[in-house]
Amino acid sequence: MEPAEIAAKIKELYPADVVDVRDFRGQCALVVKKDDILEILMRLHDDPEFNFDFLKDLCGVDYLSKRTPRFEVIYQLYSIQHKHMIRIAVQVPEKSLSLESCTCIWNTANWHERECYDMYGIVFENHPDLRRVLMPEDWEGYPLRKDYPVEGPEEEWRGFKEVLQKHEEYKKYEWNR
Amino acid sequence: MIDTSLGLIDVEEGIRIIPGANTIITSLDKLINWGRLSSLWPVTFGLACCAIEMMTTGSSHYDLDRLGIIFRGSPRQADCIIIAGTVTKKMAPVVRKVYDQIPEPRYVIAMGSCACTGNVYRSYSVVQGCDTFLPVDVYIPGCPPRPEALIDGIIKLQDKMRTERMRWSPLK
Ligand code: SF4
Repeated sequence: MEPAEIAAKIKELYPADVVDVRDFRGQCALVVKKDDILEILMRLHDDPEFNFDFLKDLCGVDYLSKRTPRFEVIYQLYSIQHKHMIRIAVQVPEKSLSLESCTCIWNTANWHERECYDMYGIVFENHPDLRRVLMPEDWEGYPLRKDYPVEGPEEEWRGFKEVLQKHEEYKKYEWNR
Repeated sequence: MIDTSLGLIDVEEGIRIIPGANTIITSLDKLINWGRLSSLWPVTFGLACCAIEMMTTGSSHYDLDRLGIIFRGSPRQADCIIIAGTVTKKMAPVVRKVYDQIPEPRYVIAMGSCACTGNVYRSYSVVQGCDTFLPVDVYIPGCPPRPEALIDGIIKLQDKMRTERMRWSPLK
């Protein structure tokens, strides 16, 4: 099936949830509300007509001062049997930064959701193990948000400060320095 | 039998041979430095894309073995560490820990722009040059440096080691 066809079908099935069908350079994305996202994804996975058995990617986007709601979570789905794909964009408002985890459908979502949480602070409910995955566990802030300072916060991360301290302290043991 | 009719023979500056006696006279510094720089063993430790170039330098085409360089799996058996790649803040404590386990005498080569200065990654996660937390001996610029450049850096380090005095004694 063509992505536009799939989008039209989903729109028909869940008229209350689909906000928009975006078309960008021939690529079609389905914009949906976050409330029934798990149900829609389950349908896309289970229905033999769609059979999206492969979650290619899951990521977050921050549209600071460009769009409301501010955040989106993007799912890239692929069906190995039908060789068709679709992009789902879920709107996540800044006030309630959480949505259902889809690890119960695709296990591969586990680390992707952790990364999304790590970088944007979007909380995935019912995730089996929602910890940071790239940044150190005691890191503060969410680096891929558009209002995050590019060079990092002024307060240096604890772990790196300790290394710098160690360097100063151990200088006396260096030969000829 | 010592042939006294011949004097001492200079083979190189500061190295002389007593003919017939199978004896070489030199300073301890020269001997120790020569031993050290001829078998410089780095830790097998790569951080990013530069590590790929380091591996290339180590393998058959460029062949670091001919310089007496063999990569060691443990820092406790190594003489130097090549910081090959981007050092992130999360990785910095690990790099420092590996360095701290290398016994003296130890040397640090910063390979690539990332290790020297942080490269273009002026960001929240990248250390702006590994010399902020390590005593670096040789800097090799390039992104990544070609194997020739790495070999040149190693030869620079060897030249530096050659000039060291008393790095075997607590007296300095
Ligand atoms: S200097 Fe270039 S090649 Fe080396 S680690 Fe940095 S980005 Fe990669």
